[in-house]
Amino acid sequence: MSTINKWLKENTFHHSRFQNINDLIKEKEKQELSISLCIPTLNEEKTIGKEIVIFKSELITKYPLLDEIAVIDSGSTDNTRDVAGSFGADVYLAKEILPEVGAKKGKGENLWKAIYQLKGDIIVYIDADIKNIHPRFVYGLIGPLLYRKTIQYVKAFYERPLTTSHGVRPSGGGRVTEILVRPLFSLFFPELSALIQPLSGEYAVRRSLLEKIPFPIGYGVETSHLIDVYNMLGMEAIAQTDLDQRVHRNQQTRDLGRMAFGILQTVLSRMNSLGIISELPALNHTLRQFQTDDNIFETVEHNILEEERPPMIEIPAYREKMGYK
Amino acid sequence: MQADDSMKKNIWNLDEIVEKLPEYIETLKEVSEVLLSNLIMAGEIPAPTFKESKRVEFILDRFTEAELQNSSTDEVGNAVAILPGAEGKENILIVAHTDTLYSEKVDHTLTIQPNFVIGPGVGDNSLGLAVIMTLPFILEHLGITLDSNLILLAASRSLGRGDLEGLRFFLSNTDIPIIAGVSIEGVQLGRLSYSSIGMIRGEISCTVPEEYDWSRFGSVGSIVTINEVINQILEIPIPKRPKTTIVFNSIESGTGKFSKIPKSAFLRFEIRSESDDMVHEIYQRIEDITADISYRSGDEVSLTIYSKRRPGGIEFSHPLTRNVRSIMRSLRIKPRISPSTSELSAFIDQKIPAITLGITKGDRLDDDRESIEIEPIFTGLAQLVALLLAIDGGQCVDNK
Ligand SMILES: Nc1nc2c(ncn2[C@@H]2O[C@H](COP(=O)(O)OP(=O)(O)O)[C@@H](O)[C@H]2O)c(=O)[nH]1
Ligand SMILES: [Mg+2]
Repeated sequence: MSTINKWLKENTFHHSRFQNINDLIKEKEKQELSISLCIPTLNEEKTIGKEIVIFKSELITKYPLLDEIAVIDSGSTDNTRDVAGSFGADVYLAKEILPEVGAKKGKGENLWKAIYQLKGDIIVYIDADIKNIHPRFVYGLIGPLLYRKTIQYVKAFYERPLTTSHGVRPSGGGRVTEILVRPLFSLFFPELSALIQPLSGEYAVRRSLLEKIPFPIGYGVETSHLIDVYNMLGMEAIAQTDLDQRVHRNQQTRDLGRMAFGILQTVLSRMNSLGIISELPALNHTLRQFQTDDNIFETVEHNILEEERPPMIEIPAYREKMGYK
Repeated sequence: MQADDSMKKNIWNLDEIVEKLPEYIETLKEVSEVLLSNLIMAGEIPAPTFKESKRVEFILDRFTEAELQNSSTDEVGNAVAILPGAEGKENILIVAHTDTLYSEKVDHTLTIQPNFVIGPGVGDNSLGLAVIMTLPFILEHLGITLDSNLILLAASRSLGRGDLEGLRFFLSNTDIPIIAGVSIEGVQLGRLSYSSIGMIRGEISCTVPEEYDWSRFGSVGSIVTINEVINQILEIPIPKRPKTTIVFNSIESGTGKFSKIPKSAFLRFEIRSESDDMVHEIYQRIEDITADISYRSGDEVSLTIYSKRRPGGIEFSHPLTRNVRSIMRSLRIKPRISPSTSELSAFIDQKIPAITLGITKGDRLDDDRESIEIEPIFTGLAQLVALLLAIDGGQCVDNK
């Protein structure tokens, strides 16, 4: 697949290419762009403070690359909002943004509402559970957007920092990526399989694109974005940046099962609406997992409904805010 | 002429400096994230003594970023840079050690809460390092340009076997004359050390020979021998004056199993005294004891010195200490005056007046749940800035 190799060569970056932040700021000013950082949270008091302190210091106070840092919270029951606020982030409760459309639960909901709430021409999304946070997580994703007009959506991937051996080594994503998403992409959207970590929660996107794509509110949001952007604009619009290592919470296989269930729903309904498969039966939204207690097996049922938010541009309040007619 | 004089805004007396401090504290809070960011990024890089190079590299990047002069490292792995003063006739050295007590295997993640930062080494001495890295930014933000050059030194190989190698190396190899040294420790706020006591730190090791006669009756094994060593050390007469102590810091032997006879034992000790002669006299006695026991027991008993400090320092009434005390008083910091066994002794050997200051309150030191408080940091920084202004204004020179 020479197109995949060409894309890998031309649209895959390493964060170190963008480490001169002053150059990025010059580009940003020349193009008169504003940039917002959005961190979705649900009970992240352990890691959120560090993210805010480092991004604020390195990307606002010392180098004004970002115009705002916003935490959009799903109703944390720990001190997440206090911690974030005390270090100077703008803190919002997702359900208080655009109250007229109601509130749904899930990270995708927060990302979607950020489009309404934040002012940037570019929005950078960073998960709150990263332990080894560093400014590269942000500038590495912004860089490609500032240097190439055709790029609209930049996705993070994570490699081990330079190892001692220089030979070929396997490279890839986590368990859900390798067992579910990459095989699915290979079947139906082969070019998208070139994304090394399609599920990573860190990406930077131009508003002009963000406002036009729908947002599944839960686990399917990243996969759905890639399929939609690919269909609208092709691989040219997508890029990926190697951010080296990311240390975060490890997920149990059970949790990954729920995640896979949500992603599958999203992909199937996308394929249906794109006409790739026809006549999708009504999907069941209950995932059953099992547990045993002294040889008695019990069912644990999870109701996982991947609801979807329409493109933000269809919301009247947003059109009004942006002055679109 | 007159215009020149009015430009030299730093020739303030202490009262004028002190008057500015409440305002400084508020201004410093505005940029707290810069200090905390340096604290976290440097503190999360493991730096056990002798393996500090990654952390030092980060510090050098920061020095370069701040556009300091002569940002460089040396044979022993120090990071040093100069913030040039307006006149540059004199030089003040400010130092913090880079190494920690934690091996690289320990999880170095720091956690930040609204008023605390928690994690291994956060107070000792990641905060001290953060202060050094952030100082150029802090001074700029406060609108302060010193007349003197400020030499920023992140000193390597300070703790344990490192024995202040970094600072010693710098002081004995630099040709820059230094008018005063300030050593920064993250904790505790109020710490004021201006003199060092004499000290020797050492380890006695005792090894039972392989061809040992295990059928021998009576008490056997290395614990018995090391016990004999301890008994005899306790017989050494200790004078009341000059103040002198022998501390047994740690003892190690045996495997925790009943069936094994311990073959080696290690005893770490410290001799401290106001008098250098007394330190050496006691050391001599311990040397004799180990030789004697080695000879009589047939075990191999040997003695190694880890580090040595000569007593000395400036007087309580030296203008440097006096000014620090007034600054602390004005900030309502309760001084905790204690002799130092660390950085100061390297300054003392070079006859440079120096003191050690702490920056904030901390808890659970020596533990990977070590924590520091954020709020007092600003007072600690104001104290440091005031002291630098006082030194810069020529107010800490002893004219006697
Ligand atoms: N799972 C979940 N995460 C949320 C929600 N709202 C915000 N988040 C944040 O979304 C980010 C990713 O969540 P996480 O569960 O770690 O997903 P993963 O890292 O993709 O496996 C974190 O910053 C969460 O705090 C929510 O309703 N559910
Ligand atoms: Mg995660």
